Amino acid sequence: MILKLSTLVLSASAIALSAGFASAEQITFVSQGGAYQEAQTKAILDPVAELLGITINQDSSPDAWPVIKTQTATGKPVWDVIDTPTQDCIRGGQQGMIETLDFSKIPNAEKMPAEYKSPYSVAYEFYSSVLAYNKDKFGDKPPTSWADFWDVKTFPGTRALRNHPLATLEAALLADGVPADKLYPLDVDRAFKKLDEIKPYVTVWWTSGAQSAQLLADGEVDMEMAWNGRVTAVAKEGIPVSYTFNQGFLQYTSLCILKGAPNLDTAVKFVNAAMTPDIQANFPAYIDYGPGNPEAYKTGKISPERAAEMPSSPENAAKQVLVSDEWWSSKAGEDAQKRWASFIQQ
Amino acid sequence: MTISTASPSDRHERSEQRLMLLLLAPALLVVSALLIVPLGWLAWQSIWQDGGFTIVNYQRFLTDSVYWMTFLQTFRIAFVVTLATVLLGYPVAYMAAGLPQRWSMIVLALVLLPFWTSVLVRAYAWLILLQRTGIVNSALKSAGLIDSPLLLVNNEFGTVLATIHILLPFMVLPLYATMKKIPQELTMAGASLGGSPMHVFLRVFLPLSLPGMIAGMVLVFVLTLGFYITPELLGGGRTYMVSMLVSRNIQVYNEWGAASSISVVLMICVFLVFKLTSLLIPFERIIGTR
Repeated sequence: MILKLSTLVLSASAIALSAGFASAEQITFVSQGGAYQEAQTKAILDPVAELLGITINQDSSPDAWPVIKTQTATGKPVWDVIDTPTQDCIRGGQQGMIETLDFSKIPNAEKMPAEYKSPYSVAYEFYSSVLAYNKDKFGDKPPTSWADFWDVKTFPGTRALRNHPLATLEAALLADGVPADKLYPLDVDRAFKKLDEIKPYVTVWWTSGAQSAQLLADGEVDMEMAWNGRVTAVAKEGIPVSYTFNQGFLQYTSLCILKGAPNLDTAVKFVNAAMTPDIQANFPAYIDYGPGNPEAYKTGKISPERAAEMPSSPENAAKQVLVSDEWWSSKAGEDAQKRWASFIQQ
Repeated sequence: MTISTASPSDRHERSEQRLMLLLLAPALLVVSALLIVPLGWLAWQSIWQDGGFTIVNYQRFLTDSVYWMTFLQTFRIAFVVTLATVLLGYPVAYMAAGLPQRWSMIVLALVLLPFWTSVLVRAYAWLILLQRTGIVNSALKSAGLIDSPLLLVNNEFGTVLATIHILLPFMVLPLYATMKKIPQELTMAGASLGGSPMHVFLRVFLPLSLPGMIAGMVLVFVLTLGFYITPELLGGGRTYMVSMLVSRNIQVYNEWGAASSISVVLMICVFLVFKLTSLLIPFERIIGTR
């Protein structure tokens, strides 16, 4: 990837040289690749490049965190802007690897709720960990809450959860009766105790989104926690699955800028342009993930039907819990992640 | 040879050895550049952290139950897989070695056939066969043998089964090679001296095929210790092998020191397996040079 990137940069600079430095403004943007990055290219990157008249070089990394660490360690990073789970931006910022954002230069983010922003990051795109189920199995009485998920008598059937504590611990606490607005800081002991109850009924602890989709599609599990985009993709194939946004866990990836980014000024301009409500409103046309800027829902570009499928639409967001990346970046959050492995094994 | 140092043949031998060393030099360079240096660096990372020596990465093996439980599970799986490949592979190799050349080639080709398919594809194939709504369960169900589907995959059982499938050739091939070298006259002699077929097999053939069996066992055991894709896909998240512990430490916890310490300990384990085997039976016999 580094090789590919350097040739990209080389060829880009060669183009810049031959064209004179007139249109030399450019940035390197990094996301997670695959269909998701392709969708963004059409929805966000191309319109932004046109709006600002800049060149956007792309790179992708499914897991940017280790790369952020190595790139900033040299003091000369190659990347400018990254789209990554917010936790990476926050802990990166705290460890001096991510630039502090000057929000006076990002007016498009002004109306966004405070919890969608951090000193280092701004919410870019929303997804949700929802309770998905097989419609044939449960008929007109499907599980609608995590308490139902834990209720193996009323809702018999095989279950799957993600092999990761994030959102899983939250689900356990909601099932145990903790009110949604009192979740954080998480009571980790209580969550693990509740998880012990459901553990014998969990057939699979899935590790990848593709795996969670396959489990539902093949009928291997009757209900599971999965990302909303994965569930709708399975449903589109005509498989009888559905999900509820009720008690879903709203998560988002954020844009942040690497410390010492080679094109810092352009990078800030890019972030502002990418948050333009009108451009953000393009997201639903290409992928089942919602815009990071709620103002996008006011542009009239997103139909009410489509908005109902979007995790971040105001109506759906109200039913869900916003995952606290701040808590997960804290010492307690990191400890909970370490404890996870021993929970799974015992 | 009484005057050992001065004899011309000795001198000749030494100059030949020097020449051999020269010929070997490029290979040695490649091995040290691509193997010894990176491995050394890997080991270094586990003891050198934030500008100082540390043993914290190795302390975890004593304090963190996840570590020894993972090693325990990995060794248990490796042991079961090895045993199963011996039981399954020995008859196949025996048959292939006893058949005329043309037929034995066909048997070996069948053994090798799965080799041409990627491990990933085979893992998914097992998933299709073994899952709750899979081919095996629906067949059993329609035959009226079971009421509710059996849990055949997404657990240790599925992982072990797929691993056996993948590693069986590594057992059959060394066994076949060894069996082919056993002179038929020996078993015939045993029979002509009045030994029953069983007796001849146990006293003549089996001991002579032992080097091949041990070679296969070492190969299968060591390869299983490093398995990653199969337990990841078929283990249902609760089959936790050493290589997964390494990857989690890098991907989730970003602890390179911990990851390298696990690799180092696994490497030492592999080395010990080789060492113990060579005590049992000389290494030269296993690889067939003596």
